[in-house]
Amino acid sequence: MQRLGGSARQVRQTLTTWSFILPSLIGLGIFVYGSLVYSLYISFTSWDLLTPARWIGFANYARAFRDESFIQCLYNTVYFVVAIVPLGIVFAMAMAMVLNKQLPGIGFFRAAYYVPSITSTIAIGMVWLWIFNPDQGVLNAILKLVGVSNLPRWLESRVWAKPALSIMRLWQVSGYYMIMYLAGLQNIPNELYEAAEIDGATGWQKTRYITVPLLSNTTFFATIMLIIEVFNLFEAVYVMTEGRPGGSTNTILYYIYAQAFQRYRMGYASAMAWVLFVILFVITLVQFAARRRKEEIGF
Amino acid sequence: MKRKKRLHIAALYTILVSVALIMIFPFVWSVTASLKTRSQIYSGNPLDLIPDPATLNNYRKALSVLPFHRFLLNSLVLATTVPVISITLASMAAYSFARLQFKGRDLIFMLLLGVMMLPGHVTLIPRYALVRKLGWINRYTALIIPPIFSASLVFNIFFMRQHFLSIPRELEEAALIDGCSRWGVWRNIIMPNSKPAIATIAIIGFKTEWNSFLWPNVVINDFLKMPIQVGLTYLQTNVQSSWDILMAATTLSIIPLIVIFVCFQRYFMAGILTSGLGGR
Repeated sequence: MQRLGGSARQVRQTLTTWSFILPSLIGLGIFVYGSLVYSLYISFTSWDLLTPARWIGFANYARAFRDESFIQCLYNTVYFVVAIVPLGIVFAMAMAMVLNKQLPGIGFFRAAYYVPSITSTIAIGMVWLWIFNPDQGVLNAILKLVGVSNLPRWLESRVWAKPALSIMRLWQVSGYYMIMYLAGLQNIPNELYEAAEIDGATGWQKTRYITVPLLSNTTFFATIMLIIEVFNLFEAVYVMTEGRPGGSTNTILYYIYAQAFQRYRMGYASAMAWVLFVILFVITLVQFAARRRKEEIGF
Repeated sequence: MKRKKRLHIAALYTILVSVALIMIFPFVWSVTASLKTRSQIYSGNPLDLIPDPATLNNYRKALSVLPFHRFLLNSLVLATTVPVISITLASMAAYSFARLQFKGRDLIFMLLLGVMMLPGHVTLIPRYALVRKLGWINRYTALIIPPIFSASLVFNIFFMRQHFLSIPRELEEAALIDGCSRWGVWRNIIMPNSKPAIATIAIIGFKTEWNSFLWPNVVINDFLKMPIQVGLTYLQTNVQSSWDILMAATTLSIIPLIVIFVCFQRYFMAGILTSGLGGR
């Protein structure tokens, strides 16, 4: 009798425990894990949503690597990574150093730099679309004012569309990483700087040999996050260029979206989504491995 | 020495102000342009920021072309319900991970953390197919339910668990001895002691959903159920490059978030400092 009472209590306890956790697990099971498996299946089929999916094996994957538009998207993404990541990191770190100073009104500047990163890319993308407008836009008006004669056609030009988009993304995302660096800076103990001052270190030397190395952890995560962010470039392209001119601003995610929801090639789009996933996964792994190696050789 | 220091500070402010001008300029430009007349926009000097004469006509036009008040309302619903449900579910799960013993707890926790590494685009198409099969297209259920179950839920679980671990056990032990149930403890002791943590993830959640575009764009094409970001792109297609109307519309869509940012700035900052990969 007593044992029975004990096990009833145990059952009740188990039920309580699972009642806390099951709603999340069921939802994630369906919408994340289930979707993941489903997505892998779709990537091996030819499916237009209307007729039943047909199993075609690896054909979608093979097709992706022969598809010139997809290759162009990969190239464009590499361009954006090179244009945005190093500049974004340097700019965020440098501005964080300035914002870390205890000056009157510094709170206002921190907030002002951060605001672009909470703003919707769709909305502010439309504003930038007009800023970059070659005839009525403010950017060319300023360039004209300072005497530039051969005004770029920005988003209409094959040469200038990528830099224009990079400028807009740099403007929008760097505030976020700047706050990350600000947090990193506030973790550096003041004694280090005091000791360096006693040894007669200059401001530049302190930055070079104390600040930058001690921020390497922040730099590591910021770089990974920024690369992922650039690989997922979508909304700015959607509002500002739709991949034009001539596919020169097309990105992987935009191409996936267009293939899936404008041309209804669900299988092909899923296969490209998996390729993108694998690329991001490998990049992250390589960065973690590189960091471990750096630590081993005591860099 | 003193003079050098003063020069140094002047240089710092010069940098601060010029960068701030670049950061704020697009906002200033869209607000001022939204108050200009059409003729000033198309024939005036783009560098002339002062609307002369100032008019609210563009707002009137933006509101009449498409049901903008509905867009704003839908976004408000989306940006409040998703975080509220997500945080409730996350706090429940987090409580069991922080305080309760059960078989497979650590394994389940690790499996959940894996979700944070998963880019959202991989599940976009299967989710769409699923929602379509369920007949949810153009319904609020499609807008709200799938976004709840995403990486942000897992981030919230992780975040709340960390917070719960910092709450002293003594607080709940007394209540448990008095016969309070686990649910009672969660509701009356744990949650009231977590207000700042909840505020932080609620703010991030509001921002994320207010700005979300790809998913709503795929599942909603009915104006009455459309959130603001999707509505904006329809307006863009509708009015082409009528910058006057577009700037009024973008201003309307940006302002609510800026107001919230100004009021809850410290929660936004706390959000970044703790978020890492999941909080965006």
